[in-house]
Amino acid sequence: MPRINSYAELEAFRKQLQSQRDPNRICITLCSGSACHATGSGDVAKSIEAELKTQGLSGAVDFRRTGCHGFCEKGPIIVIHPEEICYFQIEPKDVPEIVSQTIKEKKVVERLLYTDPQTGEKIVHESEIPFYKYQERIVFGSNGSIDPKSIEDYLVIGGYSALAKALSSLKAEEVLVEIKKANLRGRGGGGFPAGRKWEGSRDAPENPKYVIVNADEGDPGAYMDRSLLEGNPHCVLEGLTLGAYAIGANEGYIYVRQEYPLAVENVHIAIRMSEELGLLGKNILGSGFDFTVKVHQGAGAFVCGESTALMTALEGRVGEPRPKYVRSNIKGLWGKPSVLNNVETWANVPLIINRGADWFTGIGTEKSKGTKIFSVVGKITNTGLVEVPMGMPLKDIIYKIGGGIPGGKKFKAVQTGGPSGGCIPESLLDLPVGFDELTQAGSMMGSGGMIVMDEDTCLVDVARYFIEFLTDESCGKCVPCREGLRQMLKILTRITTGEGQEGDLELLEDLAETAKEASLCALGTSAPNPFLSTVRYFRDEYVAHIRDKRCPALSCKKLIAFHIDPEKCSACGMCLRKCPVEAIDGGKKKIHIIDQQKCTQCGTCFEVCPERFAAVRKISGAPVPPPIPEEKRTITRKSKEI
Amino acid sequence: MTAVHLKIDGKEVEAQEGMTLLEAARSVGVDIPTLCHHEKLEPFGGCRLCIVELEMRGWVRRVVACVYPVEKNLVVRTRSETIDKIRKMILELQLAHAPDSPQLLALAEEYGADKDRFEKEASFCIHCGLCVRYCAEVKKKNAVGFVDRGIRKEISFIPAIAARECWNCKECFELCPTEALQAAYVLTKALTSPSLSTEPAPEK
Repeated sequence: MPRINSYAELEAFRKQLQSQRDPNRICITLCSGSACHATGSGDVAKSIEAELKTQGLSGAVDFRRTGCHGFCEKGPIIVIHPEEICYFQIEPKDVPEIVSQTIKEKKVVERLLYTDPQTGEKIVHESEIPFYKYQERIVFGSNGSIDPKSIEDYLVIGGYSALAKALSSLKAEEVLVEIKKANLRGRGGGGFPAGRKWEGSRDAPENPKYVIVNADEGDPGAYMDRSLLEGNPHCVLEGLTLGAYAIGANEGYIYVRQEYPLAVENVHIAIRMSEELGLLGKNILGSGFDFTVKVHQGAGAFVCGESTALMTALEGRVGEPRPKYVRSNIKGLWGKPSVLNNVETWANVPLIINRGADWFTGIGTEKSKGTKIFSVVGKITNTGLVEVPMGMPLKDIIYKIGGGIPGGKKFKAVQTGGPSGGCIPESLLDLPVGFDELTQAGSMMGSGGMIVMDEDTCLVDVARYFIEFLTDESCGKCVPCREGLRQMLKILTRITTGEGQEGDLELLEDLAETAKEASLCALGTSAPNPFLSTVRYFRDEYVAHIRDKRCPALSCKKLIAFHIDPEKCSACGMCLRKCPVEAIDGGKKKIHIIDQQKCTQCGTCFEVCPERFAAVRKISGAPVPPPIPEEKRTITRKSKEI
Repeated sequence: MTAVHLKIDGKEVEAQEGMTLLEAARSVGVDIPTLCHHEKLEPFGGCRLCIVELEMRGWVRRVVACVYPVEKNLVVRTRSETIDKIRKMILELQLAHAPDSPQLLALAEEYGADKDRFEKEASFCIHCGLCVRYCAEVKKKNAVGFVDRGIRKEISFIPAIAARECWNCKECFELCPTEALQAAYVLTKALTSPSLSTEPAPEK
């Protein structure tokens, strides 16, 4: 590829690329993000290539492997352009039919379309599917249409035009002013205004300065930064370069988890291609501005998402937060001014420079502008990545986009903000998503994790789970976090195993207060949140566990017993055969009973008991009825009645 | 050096720019308890016992004195109900590991800490890191370090270095707020492990 030396050359190159692309030409895009990769998009890709060859279409049809489309529940996903026919859960065996019917004959393969669970109607186009319809995908939208390994794809959709605009016609200060005006807040956790962070670094007297991408996404169940970096690495690079220009940095780093191999690969390719074109490196677009980017692979510690720990790790030392009270934008990496922003924050920058702060502030709420990508997982029908304007009520994300709770279960809570976020109950579902709104509700925006929980989830156990995660991930440097979490985990474990004592809640509250007030870094100060938010909204569940040794969600194993209702048992023998510890006694036409001494509460009998009998039930906080006497165990009812 | 004027527990203090609140307080005889601080070492900010209250424009903020730099017109309170409560909790958490440490017991007495509040897990080490940092920063030997992280974190002597360096030094022992028990124990173990000589290595 030729090196591009000016703004005009870039535009000419873009025009040339665009003219080579026929908008009416058929293009098959296949989601190849990590989630679809796991469900088999690699094999689907091979079949598409082979089938196009077999059916003699190799040169006539474009095939593009793109980043994540978002609707991971239904992957692998294929979209056929220009009609935007959308097929879900594709297997290699579906490919010949897709090629012969849709590509050749222009016929839609009905069985592969999305079926609206509400209306039963088949939907052809991606944009009409409820999951996509209510989203506003300004950042994530290009993911589904470009090949992340191709810089040409990014240029065709207007890539690097924001950088060209800035370098050719905006002063560094004007870029900063635009970001400040847009009130872009950090998407990684705290929601700190990016413009103010940048300004601090820009005004700091010391040089050199650094810009850093935080791609150390560590929240369980969250993968939006991963998908963005995998699917559209150039938009992050462009944003980073703009940031560097604004603050006067010539070096940048991408701190990315080693566990994200595709992101690491794609970002390396993107850097190489940008360097070849002269969009990174010396004298970018002939402007005199130099900027290089290095990739640093993190070794998978949650605490390294914390800014000072990340910078310490980047310097090659143990990833522990620094105790200093100086912001890292003033004294950061190697003691120099360093702007650290999350992947999604950087990805917003080119959009703001291109379309202007006024456009950006037109989206969202008064204090939270733009959109936010959430990874919606858990007990939800449509698992996936969702980008919505700030201010959308939680209810709409969960029901309109997420499709509600599967299996006819009742919603119980939604956990936002990652492990140190909090659980929001049903009564607050009208809450608009925004940095301050979520914080006020005792949770936080965090990086955008959203875990939906139904009535079968025990919130005490959820708190225990997250505290266990954080205990494991604490760096151990300061006492309130290391020792506080150790004790909190012990107490929560004993509560969920029926050993809770009077005074445990007060002790937990004291420990939470100390960690919140006295911990060294944000991981420690926010670590008690899983407990604090659940006790705030679900205190009665804690009390039930401690006082009545009862788990209201019938979930904590040590607090429940399984019992076969003699009235309902039809002696089908399913549970008898499946019980792994031979705790069930039964026989032909003989009511089955569970030996409570042998039972390990694994729940297999509950799972396998046919729905039409539903004879196995869970009991908590009440004695298990004694087994019925031997002489009454023979079933005299005719099985046909049932 | 510029003089910085601030108020600590009602006392007017003239400190030098770049000093920490802890240094400023100690310069006028105001005592703030610490476990991980040593004047020869870089501030660590690990034990959090030196937490104090700042009043700024009507806001109350809590910071640790061993790290926070002096600022002009600061109003600092080294004791308050909240501060004492936090210190009490920190001591109780540490006492679960080192229940017989005289230094901890003396502080426990002052802050009303109950040494039996938490179940004992006597590991003696309270992770103040004094031995690790002293060896690295003052002696420049790095014979002792932290291994693992979080609640599994512990100090460990590196046998190859310890066998050579520690025999005639042992300066870290008296730094240990839990009476060098752990340090001595780990060192002995490292030096007497079968693969290593029990004699000091010859001087190079």
